[in-house]
Amino acid sequence: MMFTVAAVGVVVTMALALARALIGPDIFNRIMSVNVFGTLSVMLIAIYGFIDGRPEFLDLAMVYALINFIGTIAVTKYVTFADMGHGDDGDPAGDI
Amino acid sequence: MDVFVDGFSWVMIVGGLCFCLIGGYGLITLKDMYARLHAASLIDTLGVGLVFVGLMMQAGFTLATAKLLLILLFIFFTSPTSTHALTRAAINGNTFPTVDDPDARAVVEATKTTVEQKS
Repeated sequence: MMFTVAAVGVVVTMALALARALIGPDIFNRIMSVNVFGTLSVMLIAIYGFIDGRPEFLDLAMVYALINFIGTIAVTKYVTFADMGHGDDGDPAGDI
Repeated sequence: MDVFVDGFSWVMIVGGLCFCLIGGYGLITLKDMYARLHAASLIDTLGVGLVFVGLMMQAGFTLATAKLLLILLFIFFTSPTSTHALTRAAINGNTFPTVDDPDARAVVEATKTTVEQKS
């Protein structure tokens, strides 16, 4: 029962993040919202595994976390440099 | 299960949900992309952290707890990295925060000239 309440709270937050992704004025707001949406979907999958009594769902949550991070880094790098293979050019801030 | 551990785990899960909802509210209402990143970080750190610690207490000493700990550790390291990458992309894309404080405005103007020189 309490797991269901937790899942509903996470879904409400996902709806708020999706609303920001739809109304976000520029691309950076949208990237941020999609990143938050991915983190929340990891949480939802983990909670759903406990609702169903099958914690094997956590493997899926782990894969979602990995893909979410790689996707965010790839998109930000593409937006910044218009090139995924861009080096750091001696910039002390690195290449991402 | 021990009643104390059970109750404490529910307190943690509900607390994490409160942080998630506050973060979602901030994502909608805050004025600036840089201010909204604070709300996003709230969800990524305390929201996920408290909910996952609560789930770990529910699972006990099983394989599920180890997996939850791995996911939590991964998010703990990757969330600041993606925030940094996103901020750098925004600054390179000529999006700057709106500030009232004169000192902060001087920093923003200096950053603007640096970005313009680079491009």
